Amino acid sequence: MDVRSQISMVFHLDKCIGCHTCSIACKNIWTDRKGAEYMWWNNVETKPGTGYPTKWENQDIYKGGWEKSMGKVRLRGAGKAKGLLNIFHNPHLPVIDDYYEPFTYKYLNLIESPEEDTQVTARPVSMITGKPIDIKMGPNWDDDLSGTPDYARNDPNFKNLSAGEQEAMFQLERMSMFYLPRICNHCLNPACVGSCPSRAIYKRGEDGIVLINQKVCRAWRMCVTACPYKKSYYNWGTGKSEKCILCYPRLESGYAPACMHSCVGRIRYLGVLLYDASQIENVAASDDEDLIQKQMDMILDPFDPKVIASAKKNGIADSTIKAAQQSPTYKFIKEWGMALPLHPEYRTLPMLFYVPPLLPVMATLADNDVESQKGTLNPISKFWERATKYDTTNEHIFGTIDDARMPLKYLANLFSNGDEELIKETIKKLMAVRLHRRDVTVGDLNKEMVAESLKEVGLNAEMADAIYYLTSLAKFDDRFVIPPAHREQAIEMSEFTGDRKGSAGFGFVEKPARGL
Amino acid sequence: MDTLNNFFFIALPYIAFLVFLIGTISRYKSQKFKVSSLSSQFLEGKKLFWGSIPFHFGILILFFGHLVAFLIPKSIILWNSEPLRLLFLEISSFIAAICVFIGLILLYIRRITDDRIKMVTTKMDIFVELLLLFQIFTGMYTAVFMRWGSSWFASVMSPYLKSIFTFSPDITTVSAMPLLFKLHVIGAFVIILMVPFTRLVHFLVYPLDYIWKPYQQVIWNWNKRKVRSPKTPWSIHRPKNN
Repeated sequence: MDVRSQISMVFHLDKCIGCHTCSIACKNIWTDRKGAEYMWWNNVETKPGTGYPTKWENQDIYKGGWEKSMGKVRLRGAGKAKGLLNIFHNPHLPVIDDYYEPFTYKYLNLIESPEEDTQVTARPVSMITGKPIDIKMGPNWDDDLSGTPDYARNDPNFKNLSAGEQEAMFQLERMSMFYLPRICNHCLNPACVGSCPSRAIYKRGEDGIVLINQKVCRAWRMCVTACPYKKSYYNWGTGKSEKCILCYPRLESGYAPACMHSCVGRIRYLGVLLYDASQIENVAASDDEDLIQKQMDMILDPFDPKVIASAKKNGIADSTIKAAQQSPTYKFIKEWGMALPLHPEYRTLPMLFYVPPLLPVMATLADNDVESQKGTLNPISKFWERATKYDTTNEHIFGTIDDARMPLKYLANLFSNGDEELIKETIKKLMAVRLHRRDVTVGDLNKEMVAESLKEVGLNAEMADAIYYLTSLAKFDDRFVIPPAHREQAIEMSEFTGDRKGSAGFGFVEKPARGL
Repeated sequence: MDTLNNFFFIALPYIAFLVFLIGTISRYKSQKFKVSSLSSQFLEGKKLFWGSIPFHFGILILFFGHLVAFLIPKSIILWNSEPLRLLFLEISSFIAAICVFIGLILLYIRRITDDRIKMVTTKMDIFVELLLLFQIFTGMYTAVFMRWGSSWFASVMSPYLKSIFTFSPDITTVSAMPLLFKLHVIGAFVIILMVPFTRLVHFLVYPLDYIWKPYQQVIWNWNKRKVRSPKTPWSIHRPKNN
């Protein structure tokens, strides 16, 4: 057992309102520079939709990720032979038009233009060439456009849905969508690291953040091809690749990453996972069916004394182990089994997990006998004097799941490598918690049915309350549990501390001593 | 004329190699961020393919051809003793030269016509491209009008270059050559001289070591085996940081 710690994030998609505050926070801090205007280290996509860059999930075009070959994994579009051979021209490199050409407007025209017969306009100009352009694409170009032929219908995740199933999703009455926030997945088997000929990309041992050393990067651009999530971006101004750094300078000083800190819906959870690094190769090369299960099995129980002993031997600090025990992400991923990785079939073992969206529960308007209902309700529940009620109960406990507006198969293509049962299981858990809480707060449900629904998904009332707490009420400190970065040890181990003694500590390398 | 010959064939090569050596090392040490070529494929990929591929593969062939001719001139002459083999060598190298020539022309057109590429083009890029065009032109001229270069290279250039590298410069053979060939030699020294100041530096960092390094790379800030062990002795030496 080779225990390492990894900072991982869970996104609760039911809570995402698609406001893009996370993207803006990230943009303002990190990518508001020349050459990086088009980059969105954090972006939020509308699903179904084509995403950013357009159709990034279609690996027939982009050749990202690992593929299984002869019991091992190999990079689909990069790698040693292919990478070095294609080094003069990478045939699978997306170009800027696959993202969008960054633009601004000549606002000064509105003020400075001479008086004319026609309305003055601020023309769009390219932020690359500075010349006027016709905008064809922009950030979040397909935002909220699910159902439109250009975007949603070109979603690569529809590949194995029947024509009928697809058409049903585009009918106005049945149309549904959800938002998918994406940052770098800080994978355990990162394809970008594997594809970098200069060895500029690396995974940090102590927290698993994947970083690009800008001084070692030589602009071979293989990481852009290799990352199946297209989260490594080429800066055309500096000639270096850049990617999400999980705001490590913030993490090291105890702040949450900007995307998480600014999240309005509080959909993000950040915590430590302990995992067994000796299994990475095996798990990445496992069969399609047990890919997710094996990835979940790699994540170790932080309460297991064997794991703790092994972690200590590997230099993991007590504070990190303690953080792993309180980790909100561990609860969602392992304890409750509600969070799944995005596109596990790329075999990079992503370390960001998503709680799939329950979406609007299928409900009906039923006639309501106001007086008799009053008697059945808990005293704390709200009550309206209305003749109709919004009825979410169903004869079959989970009867509505199969009729969900978002076909399970579509969600399965995103989060579980096509395994519909796994999606169904997690959705049922979300539903069971909802039923349980309705029973607690409103009390108009059949108690046996509620108990049965919880039992069926392997939860109990206590767990359901814990899930409810972490989902709806959790304070910032419950959602963000990160250990100290222990930079003091880094200095002790990598440098002679005597060098630092007496130094000013704010940027001076020289001692502020004056002999003259 | 003698002064000129002395300057171009004795002084220039030493200046070029010295500047190359000091320049590249200091660029690597002090401006590591800039040790690469600024790739423009992200802004324009299709036209680049038709320029970059023939240029790079062609120039690799030519570079190694020149290197082999300098290092083992005798075996080249032996190979050339058969006319068919001589023709094969000359024609295949000339094809490589044509590839480089066409590639350079296409790259040059792309650089000066494409709006986006213009934004990432410096004067030095244009200079490098013209310098290489000049070099390939004089090289092709030599190949066509001064036959057969692969044979007389051994008796003209190899002794001269050897004399340069052994610090006993002897320019009798090279100073008797026609002007365009001399320009080719001078061009070569100028290219070597310019490496540390241009994008040409990227050929020095071709990532050959990628072949034998493992795919995954994990770096610790500290030695994970030692950090929690009380037995780790105090050391005034900086530990090797992975």
